[in-house]
Amino acid sequence: MVTVADVRTRVSSFAGAQVGEGDSPIAITIAPTDWLPLAVALRRELGFGFFSFMSAVDWKEDGLEVVAWVDNTDARLSVLMKTRLGVGVTNCASLVSEYRGANWMERECFDMFGIRFEGHPDLRRILLSDDWVGHPLLKSYDVDTPYPPYR
Amino acid sequence: MSPLPPAAVGTIAGVAVLLGVIGLVTYVTLLERKFAARMQSRVGPYRVGPHGLLQPIADAIKLMMKEDIVPREADKTVFNLAPVIFLIPCLLIFATIPFAPGLGIADLNIGILFFLAVSSMEIVGLFMAGWSSNNKYALLSAMRAVNQIISYDLPFLMAALIPVILAGSLKLGDIAAAQEGLWFIAYPVLGQLGFLAYIVASVAAENRVPFDILEAESELVAGFRVEYSGMKFALIQLGEYAHVLGTSFLGALLFLGAWAGPGPEWLGPVWFILKALLIFLLITWIRWSFIRIRVDQILQISWKLLWPASVILVIATAITVVVRSSNGG
Amino acid sequence: MAAEISPRIKTELDYAGAERLTMNMGPQHPSAHGVFRAILTLEGETVVEVDAVIGYLHRCHEKLAETLAYVQYPSIASKTDYVAAMTSEHAYVMAAERIAKIDVPRRADYLRVLVAELQRVASHCLWLGTWCMDMGGALGGGATIFLYCIRERELVLDLFEKLTGARLLYGFHQVGGVRYDVPAGFAADCRQTIDLIEARLLEYEAMLEDNTFFLMRTRGVGVISRELAQEVGISGPLLRASGVDFDLRRDLPYSVYPDFQFKVPVETDGDCLARYTVRMVEFRESISIVRQILDGLPEGPISSRPGVKAVAQVRVPKGETYTRVEGPRGEVGCYLIADGGPRPYRMKWRGASFSNLAVLPFIIPGHSVADVVAIMGSVDPVFGEVDR
Repeated sequence: MVTVADVRTRVSSFAGAQVGEGDSPIAITIAPTDWLPLAVALRRELGFGFFSFMSAVDWKEDGLEVVAWVDNTDARLSVLMKTRLGVGVTNCASLVSEYRGANWMERECFDMFGIRFEGHPDLRRILLSDDWVGHPLLKSYDVDTPYPPYR
Repeated sequence: MSPLPPAAVGTIAGVAVLLGVIGLVTYVTLLERKFAARMQSRVGPYRVGPHGLLQPIADAIKLMMKEDIVPREADKTVFNLAPVIFLIPCLLIFATIPFAPGLGIADLNIGILFFLAVSSMEIVGLFMAGWSSNNKYALLSAMRAVNQIISYDLPFLMAALIPVILAGSLKLGDIAAAQEGLWFIAYPVLGQLGFLAYIVASVAAENRVPFDILEAESELVAGFRVEYSGMKFALIQLGEYAHVLGTSFLGALLFLGAWAGPGPEWLGPVWFILKALLIFLLITWIRWSFIRIRVDQILQISWKLLWPASVILVIATAITVVVRSSNGG
Repeated sequence: MAAEISPRIKTELDYAGAERLTMNMGPQHPSAHGVFRAILTLEGETVVEVDAVIGYLHRCHEKLAETLAYVQYPSIASKTDYVAAMTSEHAYVMAAERIAKIDVPRRADYLRVLVAELQRVASHCLWLGTWCMDMGGALGGGATIFLYCIRERELVLDLFEKLTGARLLYGFHQVGGVRYDVPAGFAADCRQTIDLIEARLLEYEAMLEDNTFFLMRTRGVGVISRELAQEVGISGPLLRASGVDFDLRRDLPYSVYPDFQFKVPVETDGDCLARYTVRMVEFRESISIVRQILDGLPEGPISSRPGVKAVAQVRVPKGETYTRVEGPRGEVGCYLIADGGPRPYRMKWRGASFSNLAVLPFIIPGHSVADVVAIMGSVDPVFGEVDR
């Protein structure tokens, strides 16, 4: 059965990875270049097969951050993966090859934040209509932004 | 009393039966709604007239007053003709049914053959409706309908043949008369199985739940009649219910002894109608209890189960009749 | 043959000559369970491809939450999963309480679990009714089961009305506890209602489980394999029907669930029948939990922050958390990042139905159109959760 120590040991092999203090979840902050390799390691070596969600946070001047949560249902462990994309960067690696659930979650991140996921087979808007302008969950997008009425 | 020419008698009889059937069909919808409501622990139509008795009249008036919409891309001639072509066979089947000994429009020598041939003509009207609507749902439904009705008309025919063989005649009046002593449904094994096969085949041939895949509102949103509104829709509804009632009448005649019943002879047609309504309620009971099955499963049941079973039953009936007649002399 | 097909019906002929029809299911459709559009590519009657289009109910709750305070938002949270409104409220207030380290009185926690389990019963009633109605027709046997299930659901909604004053969207949870206490006579009414529902469940099972038609429509239909289930992130009864023994109430417990005994049903087939079986067992387990709560409801206050009226009164210090609740449809989660003010910095809803629906493009191809309806009903989506 995979333990917290196993996870910490494996993750520490990634350069620049910071692992948080707590055990549930194990919060791992990692560089964007290691985003997909971390997911590969978690799913294939450590048994974190349950993909809960993926989202993004807009930290204004500090850029965007992509977060994902995966679980190991047998060991009852949870991992929160985070990566800061950097100021002005809107690209990120796609996790679709590892977790099929990332398909719709990444489309939602694209729709709401404008993050383009490299390697995603079908990156288009999912919740808003195809002709929507702007990405609503960015802090620069005002809540009262007017939009044309639908016919 | 000067004798009227046969043509006039025929016309009056035809119009009388037509009006009677239409009236009965209208009120049979109310019966179904009340019956279904009680099954679902509610009351059904209650407000229009005393206990909802004027509900069918209100529905008829409403449908007549609705706007008649024809989709722009639909094939107009076929679209307008389809309900009529659907309705005519469904009403024509009542021509051969005798309501009392000697009381029927045309008690043909080949009565039952005429009934079955004409009743399956409704599929032409059905397919016309589905095709001309220019609607994928309607088309899908029409294709399923052709499949299903053709598949189930065969076991229906076979099941209807069992009383024919037992009575020894295709004439409906003779079949009814042959049941004076013992109703065909009471024949050991053959009667009951034959009745069962008849009910299943007729439920499927009339597209009633659980075999109503072609109207499956949850998938096809009313199927072939999705584009119809107003009076044309009323005609299609009328045709469907008339068909159900027609097969109920036929079932009552073939298996339940038609007009045989206690009491004086003039009570015969009343018993007949009551028996037909009993079969109708049986079909309704089935409708409101079961969920529907997929079209490929429906066809499998027909070809792999019902058709061989009904053929075996017919052969068994034939053998029984031959053995009985050779024994009885 | 192509030239004779009416050009008004759009078809595509692929290189093999097989004819493909593009058919639209929804967004206005009697069985779409809400506003949902499935663009089906059919070959004959078999679905070859599904493109699920969602977003018709998108109200951007996540942006809205950034403008509403912690005391204002719980009433709005119920509008995500509007069929099981208590679930979403619970997730949100738990998130705020966890970051701010606010203690919730025991009585409030018991009441929260009570309404959560009653909500599960009500939601499963709706699921069973609408699923059978989709499969059986609004004018047919399906409608019969639908009316029976709605009759039961009305009883539970009457209980909620006695408790909170609302039938569908409650506003019951608050940061620090709950808003309403149980009125006099509630325990007796509750016991009577769940006894009645438990007896009626036997009727439904009798109507369905021995019914060949039901088994024909659900056995082997829409099989979700164990790996697919975990990778896509489907949760709740769907996950347990595919063989994964994972229930948040037992494995990552929250609130006062460790105080109660209940079984977690697991089936391995992964088809519609397995999902049905799992939910029917969950009915009974929820009823058993409700009985345990009513037997042991502690006294005490119902909120550690009573009388909160001003909008800016609840401030949550800097921190982030993800709380997950086992709702009737699966894992409903609230990922909350707080920055010390009265409003969240970022709040993400993890909707159970969003992930559950994402599995459709993988399992539907190969089935016929009629099965699409059966599968969608057994997945039981609520579009408030999908679109938020």
